[in-house]
Amino acid sequence: MHELNFPILSLITFFPLVGIILIAFTEREDEYLQKWIAFWTTLINFIISLPLFFYFKDTAKFQFVEKINWIPSFGISYHVGIDGISLLLVLLTTFLCPICIAACWSDIKDKVKEFLICFLFLEVSMIGVFCALDMFLFYIFWELMLIPMFLLILVWGAPARRRYAAIKFFLYTMAGSMMMLVGILVLYFYNAKVTGEYTFDLLKLMKLDLPFHLQYWLFLAFGIAFAIKVPMFPFHTWLPDAHTEAPTVGSVILAGVLLKMGTYGFVRFNLTLFPNASVYFMQLMAILAIIGIIYGAFMCLVQKDLKRLIAYSSVSHLGFVMLGVFALNMQGLSGGLIQMINHGLSTGALFLLVGMIYERRHTRLIAEFGGLAKPLPMFATLFMIVTLSSIGLPGLNGFIGEFLIMVGAFRAKWWFGVLAATGVILAAWYMLWMYQRVMFGKVTKKENLNIKDLVPREISLLVPLIVFIVWIGVHPNTFLSKMEPSIKQIVLKYEKINKKQVDMAGINILKIIKGERS
Amino acid sequence: MKYVWLIVFFPFLGFLINGFFGRHFKREVVATIAACAIGLAFVCGIYTLFDLLKLPPHSRVVEVVYFDWIKAGKLSIPAGFLIDPLTMVMVLVVSGVSFLIHIYAGEYMEEDPGYVRFFVYLNLFVSMMLTLVMANNFLLMFVGWEGVGLCSYLLIGFWFEKDSASNAGKKAFIVNRVGDFGFLVGMFIIFSAFHTLNFREVFEKAPEMFTVGSTTITLATLCLFLGATGKSAQIPLYVWLPDAMEGPTPVSALIHAATMVTAGVYMMARCSVLYALAPFSLGVAGTIGALTAVFAASMALVQVDMKRVLAYSTISQIGYMVLGCGVGAFAAGIFHLMTHAFFKALLFLGAGSVSHALAGELDIRKMGGLYKKLPITHITFLSATLAISGIIPFAGFFSKDEILFETFIGHHYILYLLGIVGALMTAFYMFRLYFIAFHGESRVDPEVEKHIHEPSWRMALPLCVLGILSLIGGWIQLPFFHNLKILGGFLEPVFHHAHEIGGMEHGTEVGMWLEGALMALSLVVALMGICIAYNFYIKNPELPKRLAEKFVGLYTLLFNKYYIDELYQKIVVRPLYNLSLGLSYVVDQHIIDAAVNGTGKGMVYGSSLLRRVNTGYVQFYGLIMFIGAVVVLLVNIF
Repeated sequence: MHELNFPILSLITFFPLVGIILIAFTEREDEYLQKWIAFWTTLINFIISLPLFFYFKDTAKFQFVEKINWIPSFGISYHVGIDGISLLLVLLTTFLCPICIAACWSDIKDKVKEFLICFLFLEVSMIGVFCALDMFLFYIFWELMLIPMFLLILVWGAPARRRYAAIKFFLYTMAGSMMMLVGILVLYFYNAKVTGEYTFDLLKLMKLDLPFHLQYWLFLAFGIAFAIKVPMFPFHTWLPDAHTEAPTVGSVILAGVLLKMGTYGFVRFNLTLFPNASVYFMQLMAILAIIGIIYGAFMCLVQKDLKRLIAYSSVSHLGFVMLGVFALNMQGLSGGLIQMINHGLSTGALFLLVGMIYERRHTRLIAEFGGLAKPLPMFATLFMIVTLSSIGLPGLNGFIGEFLIMVGAFRAKWWFGVLAATGVILAAWYMLWMYQRVMFGKVTKKENLNIKDLVPREISLLVPLIVFIVWIGVHPNTFLSKMEPSIKQIVLKYEKINKKQVDMAGINILKIIKGERS
Repeated sequence: MKYVWLIVFFPFLGFLINGFFGRHFKREVVATIAACAIGLAFVCGIYTLFDLLKLPPHSRVVEVVYFDWIKAGKLSIPAGFLIDPLTMVMVLVVSGVSFLIHIYAGEYMEEDPGYVRFFVYLNLFVSMMLTLVMANNFLLMFVGWEGVGLCSYLLIGFWFEKDSASNAGKKAFIVNRVGDFGFLVGMFIIFSAFHTLNFREVFEKAPEMFTVGSTTITLATLCLFLGATGKSAQIPLYVWLPDAMEGPTPVSALIHAATMVTAGVYMMARCSVLYALAPFSLGVAGTIGALTAVFAASMALVQVDMKRVLAYSTISQIGYMVLGCGVGAFAAGIFHLMTHAFFKALLFLGAGSVSHALAGELDIRKMGGLYKKLPITHITFLSATLAISGIIPFAGFFSKDEILFETFIGHHYILYLLGIVGALMTAFYMFRLYFIAFHGESRVDPEVEKHIHEPSWRMALPLCVLGILSLIGGWIQLPFFHNLKILGGFLEPVFHHAHEIGGMEHGTEVGMWLEGALMALSLVVALMGICIAYNFYIKNPELPKRLAEKFVGLYTLLFNKYYIDELYQKIVVRPLYNLSLGLSYVVDQHIIDAAVNGTGKGMVYGSSLLRRVNTGYVQFYGLIMFIGAVVVLLVNIF
């Protein structure tokens, strides 16, 4: 197949700006038109992004690369491109955005214009993060993303605690980003010292052979930023608050895409830039991931609020992703990457579903429901499918990811795999129990008797998600084959690393730290 | 044999058609589509069987691969089907019995508002079950394995408005997940050892790579066995099956008696090579099987709910199958699986027919004397009861006897003894059930009694067919005559390797007199059980009550199922839940989140302190500058 000869990535990244401009020129009252513009913008953007998948060649190289000098005196360039790791994440983003816009049709009622502008702006920054190959550019998109999300929670969130949640989200993420900024600068100056060239270009920085102690500290600097974003245990407490207070659309995009930034960052930066440190920290990261899996599941058992429950289930699922990533082998990484997509689809769908009953009943407390399967058969069916996907039923997407991750983890260290597998039991427990309390039994509250089943608009929101839930479950190779070369390239690097030497180097660093203190 | 996918496809198609459009069809149409889907699968199965029989016995293994399912590095899992004699037996039993039960359910469920949903689930179940038995690798088998678990969950909780039903469904799924955890870990071990999950490759490599008793294989098989105890309801994970009786009766017959619950036995038979390499695991399996057989039978002795008695008897009978596999007699285990599918499905359908006639009543204390009013149900139920009790020439006699025989000549005398005790109990509790329900005085509510009627042909036909199968089903594997062991001969190529590894070529050197004596013993034991039951419930109906009063402690213990459910609730479920509560309150809210908020508050507090330095008075700044300058000077001087 021949190549695409136009800057497709820039088009996809900045296309939502067209929508923003158009919406800016509409009358404030004309909410209907604004929503349609936003919807078509995101949908067209999704269609434009499809060629990425079809023209993508199954190699490890960065593709659709564009590079323009931006601030040459500082070695900053506008450099974008994607490989097997970011391809699916870009597509996931463009895929979820039209769904989100369609979901806000009845959900968002005031300041619609601002809301849509905010959302489209968010899309720009999200796609930008996944495409950027220049550290400076990456950091800009990374921080840009924070603002619209902060506003989504602050302005359109649930009134009670939205200020607290929004500020917590903002400051927490910001604190991590600062560490990363320092890390980026250290890398920048170190590169200049060694090669004499001042550059933020990721591809050039990747060629650096960093000494171990530098890798050690940089891993931590980047790692904290990403671990907060994932979020990994024990940096997770902002997530339930943010999810609970955010509007439905905010939760969907937060779970669907924003949380992937952290895991993506680990794969893109920590794993490729600091391989020795990654090997050294592997066990720690895996243990934190496993704690996340089990701890998150335990938290789910006792939640009373549906959204909080799903938020904690995200902690558990992303624990799986991190475990897969830090298994540092083919199966683990493939599973981790596919699980990122899976989590975006299933958890996104779960938040949509919760949003739909919230619109009808204006509550998310589990105790307020019960017996909904009777008045809402269609909802019950779709909710069941998504629940099953979330608990990793074979034949649906969740299983593929979890299975690959667990195989990878088991190969890395047998007890990683065994402990992670207990998460599978717990997942069935908390999800099915939640489903039972919401859907089964007799209708106990009379408000629940007359609620209406899903309307066609709502069904059509969920169907595309379910199509992919099934597709990935039945034929994951469509997607796995795209990422395989890129993952292989990372894994090859790790096969050469001598674990013992790394451990020795790590012990030396610890000695130095202790020596300085005493 | 590329076409074998059709066997799985037809039920799945039925599932799709009824699932998407069933709401718009008439009930008869829905039932017809569902039944036809299964019927077509059965026909395809027969066709495949004949195709397979054309091949010479030892090359009767056909693997059909369709597409690359998952590929990540060394892990490559092509999805396909494995057709061999073992698969064929399972396919025919599953699709055949399912077909009959679909016909039966068409009438049984007629009044139910969830009619369409019922058949949708049922068709999905059959397609998953067929996937399970036809899979060519562990992972695809696991798809079926969890798929049938899902359908079981949905069908147990079919009447979801009843809390007991939705609880039972959830319990079934979660307990099964505990078993699946074992299955998963087993798969990980196998993949790490062999770098493949394909059955043929694993079983070919295993004897070359590992010696008998190797730790890896032992661990892998033990983990897989944990999976089997979940699905096949063995100690310690049997607790879900009695509760599963909350589902509609055809479901109990199909899923919780004839097919799904035997998946664990099938899995062990499929992995016979691995089990042969791990004598320890076999020993564990045999012991668990025998213990379960007796333990479950003892609980069945005093239950008063017809379906619960049958549920415990199912657990007990599967115990026999596991015992068979555990002593290396895989073919005998599969043989019993087959005959059990006939007679246990029939028993459940009979129970369904009784409750259909009695307006949903299942308490045997409110039955009695039914044989006059329900002749067809009665005679077929009797046939199945004789079969399960092990009376010659009914099917159960041959299969159970073969398991016990193999146990004995494998020198597992204690297990044999347990098996015999179990057989005694089986005959007793089954005839207790039969006598109380069908004979003696009628204790039926007079209002209900007026409406007692035999079901129409749609329910009667499956009863009759299964009744005949319960009689003749065992004749394809007759004792003594080696050339008359049709089933054993057919399955022999599958278990050939396992037998070679284990040196378990039984049956050849044993004298006829021993076989005869053991047969006579089991027959005597079964007859004893029947006599006791007759004495207790026909001749001296007062006796059981007096015994219950005399041994009140034992009776309560049995009646309450040894309080195992309560025990699990106390030592597993509650503690974990309380742990979560504690973690959430202490760790999450008061340690982690408090630390986060504390950092924020600390910052605010710190800044409020620092803010005081910015007083705005020029004199103050001047003073500070002066002090600073002095300090600098002093430092420089000294």
